[in-house]
Amino acid sequence: MGVKLLIDKANVPGIRTYEVYRREGGYRSVEKALKEMNPESIVEEVKKSGLRGRGGAGFPTGMKWSFIAKPEGVPRHLVCNADESEPGTFKDRYLMEFLPHLLLEGLIVSSFALGANDTYIYIRGEYAWITDILEEAINEAKANGWLGKNILGTGFECNIYVHRGAGAYICGEETALIESLEGKRGNPRIKPPFPAIKGVWQRPTVVNNVETLAAIVPIINMGGEEYAKIGIGRSTGTKLISACGNINKPGVYEIDMTISVEEFIYSDEYCGGIKGGKQLKACIPGGSSVPILPANLLLKTATGETRYMNYESLSDGGFATGSMLGSGGFIVLDEDQCIVKNTLTLARFYRHESCGQCSPCREGTGWMEKILHKIEHGHGTLADIDLLWDIQRKIEGNTICPLGDAAAWPVAAAIRHFRDEFEWHINNPDLSQTSNFGLQHYADPIHVPA
Amino acid sequence: MTYTFNETQMAELNRLVAHYPEGKQKSALLPALHLAQESFDGWLPTELMDYVASLLHIEPIEVYEVASFYSMFNLKPVGKFIFEVCQTGPCMISGSDDIIAYIQQQLTIKPGETTKDGVFTLKLVECLGACGYAPMMQVGKVFREHLTKEKVDSIIAEYRATVTK
Repeated sequence: MGVKLLIDKANVPGIRTYEVYRREGGYRSVEKALKEMNPESIVEEVKKSGLRGRGGAGFPTGMKWSFIAKPEGVPRHLVCNADESEPGTFKDRYLMEFLPHLLLEGLIVSSFALGANDTYIYIRGEYAWITDILEEAINEAKANGWLGKNILGTGFECNIYVHRGAGAYICGEETALIESLEGKRGNPRIKPPFPAIKGVWQRPTVVNNVETLAAIVPIINMGGEEYAKIGIGRSTGTKLISACGNINKPGVYEIDMTISVEEFIYSDEYCGGIKGGKQLKACIPGGSSVPILPANLLLKTATGETRYMNYESLSDGGFATGSMLGSGGFIVLDEDQCIVKNTLTLARFYRHESCGQCSPCREGTGWMEKILHKIEHGHGTLADIDLLWDIQRKIEGNTICPLGDAAAWPVAAAIRHFRDEFEWHINNPDLSQTSNFGLQHYADPIHVPA
Repeated sequence: MTYTFNETQMAELNRLVAHYPEGKQKSALLPALHLAQESFDGWLPTELMDYVASLLHIEPIEVYEVASFYSMFNLKPVGKFIFEVCQTGPCMISGSDDIIAYIQQQLTIKPGETTKDGVFTLKLVECLGACGYAPMMQVGKVFREHLTKEKVDSIIAEYRATVTK
């Protein structure tokens, strides 16, 4: 049983209410931060903790905070990114739905550290019922003196507002999110200037993921150094993993990043193995945009080392033989799944979500979807595989925001590791939709524990 | 047709606008459009978007360009209940194709269409963040998860019953 810092109390009856949350020790970090610490010492603790952004990029949070500009007389803002939209990711939803006060607690401490008085939670529009849960929690926190003016008699003012998005994956990108918060289309901005200098309403802004901000609470309570002792290497603390696909126990799990991928998939404490006793074929370990890995490269690295559930181990081997921890959206595919079809649905997703600003992404995502559609439906040619490869390569790195990369990587990885399955589709047009390439891919069948 | 918010709706709009700094009322556009769509017929006719523009003191084009960008805003009439079924990767590998086909068969409509009685619209959507509880669809404010054919039957019956009452 690993350490749990975030969701260990999610099952306490009534924890969603202020009364129970407070009784269980909630809001202690606000007392400590506002009364015993100052903004600089909080940023220092966060730096010491080694906390890395939990939204997917993994950028050190303390460093991000230290970049915020502090021009005289200009208000600063903290924005919580709750636009969780990366396919396979549903951890922030869980956190907000069951522990809304944990997020608010983290937001108050973080707002204090950044000198922000008006803080926004940008939540994806589809999480409509969670908006209600958060607003209820905000009202409770306000009524109990944790929000508003002069919190705990310290003179610090903090207000939290919920802002509902309206269906756009791109708004998870921080500058698109800021545009959307200003009431515009979610078109990412060209950087620099970075949000820390000019963000929402041209004011210095920090945008952090829900899980990142919730993690501030245990960091303040236990201290950054203690927090950094959990985990391994530069993967400190705990990480929420949302596991889905063909497994026995889909759901949200908190791990301390020292467990192996094999344990995570097969242990009853986590995914509980592949559904129906089938074999593991492939996995997208960090949200749909990270490279898909075939089972053999998922469980062990190319050099035969055990693969672990952390930033460094999952990316071991680079994109040639590794992937990324990303957002922690862990998608498992069993032997019956078709890689071409799976890639097609992801390509369609990115085409649908491209904001249309940059031509490589706007045009390229559409082309990739069309070609994959052709291959999946038995009309592909062998040259199409090379064409797909060529298109994804020309999107990657050539766009304003990372959506281009996010669209290119899944296609690249599918071809890299499952080229023979694409060829099989092309050579067997009559079979491509009715049967399945299965595990023929593996010359050396993978050993999976019973 | 002209649109006017009633007192409650106007109070809600004012509450939303107050979230943003003075002079930045345009920031309330997305929440205001949600409010407008929910307050009337579930979609945003031009006249309604113009009304929202007037309330926020912005140009109508600023509303149109936003309304057409976000997938939750409907620019065409819709049924009383919209079945927004997820079709992205994690739902697909968990059987969303069968669910989508079954809904089409039961309602005898295709994606994007509304039943003749105006009760149901079927819309295919991309990932809604319910991957662990797939297949799923959103109906109004709620997610209906772990869908099976039987569950779809009972959901259709459930909503239909609210209309015939």
